[in-house]
Order: sequence, then C-alpha cells, then structure tokens
Amino acid sequence: MQPRTSDFTSSLSSIAQSAQRRTLNFVFLLAALALILAVHYDFLDDYIMTILMLMGINIIFAASLNLVNGYMGEFSCGHAGFMCVGAYVGSIVSLGFFTGRFFGASFFPPEFAPFLFPVVLLAATLVSAVFGLIVALPSFHTRDDYLAIITIAANFIIISIVVNIDAIGGSRGLQGMKRTMNAMRQVLDIPWMLVWVVICTVLCITVLYRLMTSTYGKGISAVCQNEVAAEIMGVNTNRVKTMAFMVSSGLAGLAGALYAHVYGYINATNFDILKSTEGLVMVYLGGMGSLSGVILAAIGFTLLVEMLRFILPAMNDFLHAFSLLPADYSLNQVWKWVIIPLILILLMQFRPEGFLGNKELTHVFPRLKRWIYFK
Amino acid sequence: MEQFIQQCVNALQWGSFYALIALGYTLVYGVLRLINFAHGDIFMVGAYIAFFVSTTFLAPDGLFGFSREMTLILTIPLTVILTSCVGVTIERIAYRPLRRRGAHRLYVVITALMCGLVLENGNLALLGASRRTLPELIDKQVYKFGEIAVTNLKLWVIFAAFLVFIALHLVVTKTRIGMAMRAVSWDRFALPLMGIPLDKVIVFTFVLGSGIAGLGGMLFGMSYPVLEPYMGAMTGWKAFIAAVVGGIGDIRGAFAGGFLLAFVEIMVAAFLPSTFRDLFAFSILLIILWKRPTGIFGLPLTTKI
Repeated sequence: MQPRTSDFTSSLSSIAQSAQRRTLNFVFLLAALALILAVHYDFLDDYIMTILMLMGINIIFAASLNLVNGYMGEFSCGHAGFMCVGAYVGSIVSLGFFTGRFFGASFFPPEFAPFLFPVVLLAATLVSAVFGLIVALPSFHTRDDYLAIITIAANFIIISIVVNIDAIGGSRGLQGMKRTMNAMRQVLDIPWMLVWVVICTVLCITVLYRLMTSTYGKGISAVCQNEVAAEIMGVNTNRVKTMAFMVSSGLAGLAGALYAHVYGYINATNFDILKSTEGLVMVYLGGMGSLSGVILAAIGFTLLVEMLRFILPAMNDFLHAFSLLPADYSLNQVWKWVIIPLILILLMQFRPEGFLGNKELTHVFPRLKRWIYFK
Repeated sequence: MEQFIQQCVNALQWGSFYALIALGYTLVYGVLRLINFAHGDIFMVGAYIAFFVSTTFLAPDGLFGFSREMTLILTIPLTVILTSCVGVTIERIAYRPLRRRGAHRLYVVITALMCGLVLENGNLALLGASRRTLPELIDKQVYKFGEIAVTNLKLWVIFAAFLVFIALHLVVTKTRIGMAMRAVSWDRFALPLMGIPLDKVIVFTFVLGSGIAGLGGMLFGMSYPVLEPYMGAMTGWKAFIAAVVGGIGDIRGAFAGGFLLAFVEIMVAAFLPSTFRDLFAFSILLIILWKRPTGIFGLPLTTKI
C-alpha cells in the first residue's frame, strides 16, 4: 500500500502545483470578467472603456509588429498599412453583412451580428495577411534599411489606394460600423466590443507565444541571428519570412478591424506613418523580442498618450501662471508628436534594446513561473 | 504637343527640387551608408529659415529695411549656412553618439526617422498651423515661346539645380576633401589610420547636403509660396525615391533620378487624376527595390560572409 499512497500524494501535490501555476491565469480571467461586468453595470464610463479597448488593440498591434521587428530582426516601419487594410476590409464586410451597403440588400438580419462578427474579423485578418506578401516577397532579396523603405512604401501605397477608391469613401473616410455594434447589442445587451477585444488580445498573445515556441519560431529566431547560417542549417528562410510577415500583418489587420468597430469611423490618414511610429515606439520601449515587454509597453504607452491629453493643458496653465511662456502661445496637443519621437530617440541613445530587451518577464522574475501557466 | 513640352518644362522645375534634395540623401548615404530620413524635413526647415531671414531683412520699420535685391543676395547664403547648421546639429546630437558606439544601423535609421518627425511636429507646435508665404523677392516675368510659357523663376530654379550639381560633382571628384569623402565610403575604419579626420569629413558631408537642401527649400518657397510644416515630408520621400531610382550613393544617379521621377509624376498628373501621383511614385520605388535594388547607376555591393 505504501507506493500507492505516495502515488496519491504525489499526484495530489502535482495537482496542487498545477493549480498554483494557473493562479495568474485565473487572476487574469477574473480580472477580464470583472472588467466586462464593471462596464456592463456602468461602474466604468465610456471613456475608460474606450481606453481599455484601445489598450487591447495596441497590444495586438505592437505584439504583431514585434514578431517581425523583434523576433525576426527585420525592420518593418509601415505596419499601420496592414492595420489600414484590416480596418477597411472589416468595415466593408461588416457594412455589407448588416447594413446593406456595398452588396445591395443586407445579407443577414441584424440578429446574426454576434455570431457573424468573428467572420468579419477573420476576413480582415486573412486579407491583410495576403497584403503582407507585398513586403514578404521583396524581403527575400533585401534586408535592413532597404526593407524598411519597402515597408514604408507599402504603407504609403496602401493609403493612396484606399484614398483613390471612391466606393469606400476615399479621403472622406468610412463610417457606419456602429450599426453592427448596435445590432449585437439588440441581441444581448453586454459590452460586445470589449468582449471581442479581450478575446482577440488573448488569442493574439497565445498565437504569438505558441508560434515562437514552435519549430517555426526557432526558425524565425535563427533568421534573426544569422540568415545565411540558418539557410545552411536547413531552415527554409523564404518560407519562414513569408509566414512571419503574413502572421504579423494578419494580426495587424485584426487590430485594424477592431479599431474600426470601436470608433465607428475610419479614415486612411489614421493609419499613416505616425501610427506606424506608435507601433515602433511600443516595440522598442518594451524590448525587441520580448512578448511580455511589448504587452507592458503597449499598456504603458496607451496610458501615457491618454495622460498627455491632460498633462499638456495642465503644463500650459502651470507655465502661464509663472509666465514662462509668451502670453499668446499655448501648449497644444501637437506636442504629443514631439514627445513620442523624442522618447524613441532617447531610447535609441541610451537603451536601444528596450526596457526588457529580449527577455521575458519570467526571465527577469523567475518566481513568476510558479504562478503562471502558458503553453 | 505644346502641352507636352509645357509639361516637360514643369517636370524640369519639379525635378530640380527633387534633385536638390536627392543630392543630400545620396551624399550622406554614399559616405555613411546611412539613410538620413530627416533630410526632407531639413528641406522644410530651409524654406522656413528663408522665410524668417527674408521677412526680417525686408521689414520696412525693422532693423534692416533692405531692398528686395539686397535681401535676395543676403538670404541665399544665410539660408544655406543656417540650414547646414541644423543638419550638423542633428548629426552631432543624434547620429554621432550612435556611430561612436558602433550601434546597429537600424537604430540609426530609427533615430533619423524620429528626428524628422520631431522637426516637422516641433515646427507645427511652435509656429502653429497657419501657412506662411515667402515674400516675393524677384519680379515674375513670363517668357512666351509660341504656346509655351516659362517664368524667369522656373529658369532660375533649373539653372540653380544644374549649377549645384556641377559644383558638387567637381567638389567630390577634384578636391582633397572630396577624395576624403570617397575614402570614407570606401573604408571607414582604415581612414583614421591614414590621418584623415573622420568626423570632419562627415560634418562636411552634412554641411554640403543640408546646405543644398536649404537652397532647394528657399527656391521651393519662392516658386510655390505656401510654407507648411509637412511640406518636407512627402517631398522628402519622393526625393528619396529619386535617389534610389538613380542608385543611391551616386551623385549622377540622384540628379538623373530626380528628373526622371518628376517627369513620371507630372505625366501621371497630366493624364490621370492627380491623386494617383503618390501611388505611381511609390509603386516605382517598390518595383525598383524588388527587381534592381542598386538603381540605374549604382553598382551591386557584395557582402562578405
């Protein structure tokens, strides 16, 4: 009987251990549920909810950019172009499905909205993944700054294509996605967009984590370390690059589709080089090739940008109170776009690898591993 | 036919601006292997400097109150000098520390991009969004050749571009400092061993490039008298495309590429909706980088493994 009890205790302890290892997962799950409930019962106002959703979108956007810029060591600085594709494709599909724009009559009654919204997101993801080929194919021959130029050119090309198609609003932008959200609300009155954003964020993180721990992920790291050596060791670098670019741009498209539905209005100029710069700032702030770092950076960056909305007027009043500024001049929100690039310049000067720099949070704090389970 | 020739003249003028900016891109790239993405915004800064200098000189109740001819003569060198100061400042503050540390070139490229953003948004934040116009410094005269109308300003712009190109070519190929510049691009690490001051050569490169961009900005401000903070962004990108088309790192290439790109753009704008201009320009860039990354004049660079 002796061995059996020890079996029993060991299995019990292993259950306890695995339960312990899932602690933080449960905490996150509960936090997400609490968040959704809080929004549902109006403990949090719409502004905070929008910030929370923006945070999720930024996490997806930055984490997908991190796959290319961090893990693969390429330099894509036109990532917002793919977000633009995703936003427009998502909006077109959603408008076509539920409002009767583009396809004549509406395809589906509004009651279907909650069930068909994943189709909208999926369409956006797939189409932007295909657009990722614009960058992936030239990347077989070029690297470094030339590839950077190609990505920027891709960003500009996508924007000017969108601006030139009059059927999707052209330079006036596209709106009406709120109706899809309202349709979802009619079926069941919960904060749907927040739910979708949370689901998509978790999905995105899981996909990226699983990808990077898989054999393909090792291939991506190998391309980052030394492309020629990777090729010699049998990594099909072209295939790895294609896949990484497509996954990355697909996830950016997912972020774009969510963005379009959160705001209900999109314009091609929302996704210009400044948006791409935001992504770069988040990736390089958090650390290249560190998933947890980028997530933290995306959260922090979103908060910073929102806080600047209040800090700048406060600074303005403060400086005027001590008459440090000329009376006819006031600090405006444009300073945000001076401060954000400056952060990146300083980062490049003093800590170019970012705050966490190629390490995960569990590497910095090894004890965290006991509390979180991620596979 | 007349319309075609008229468009060609317009393309020559437009190409002069591209060429003037592209020369700066290609100079810095040729010497440092660095794409100075802030260069388009230095062009913008040049236009603004020209505006401030000329309005200060022209102000009738101000300190100077010069005549227009005098202002023009003084504004050109002052603009060039001040703009090159801006370029050198960026080099000193942002690029040099990174170069000293031997940072990966991607970090330098990011820094350059961000410097450009800081320049344009800083300008917007400091000076506001109101558009400024450069005061008219020379009288506009229109010469008519049959159906084709050419203003004297257009001729001056084209003339200035060619003059700058020839001067720059002579500097790079015939002088000692030009030889040093070519030496830097040849082997940057052996250079100090030969007793050539690396930093001085690099600063000189930035002075040349930024000065030319400043001159371009001033001429641009005189031809299209609307200055706004983002005027350098798109023009800078286009000029960069021009430099790549010609083969970045090669002065002749940048010059020819500028005119080529302007020709394509003007023709697209003449026969298609003008919103397609950017689409064509960037598609050309993409195709060239994909199929022939070295451009028209560039030579393929081999990498040792």
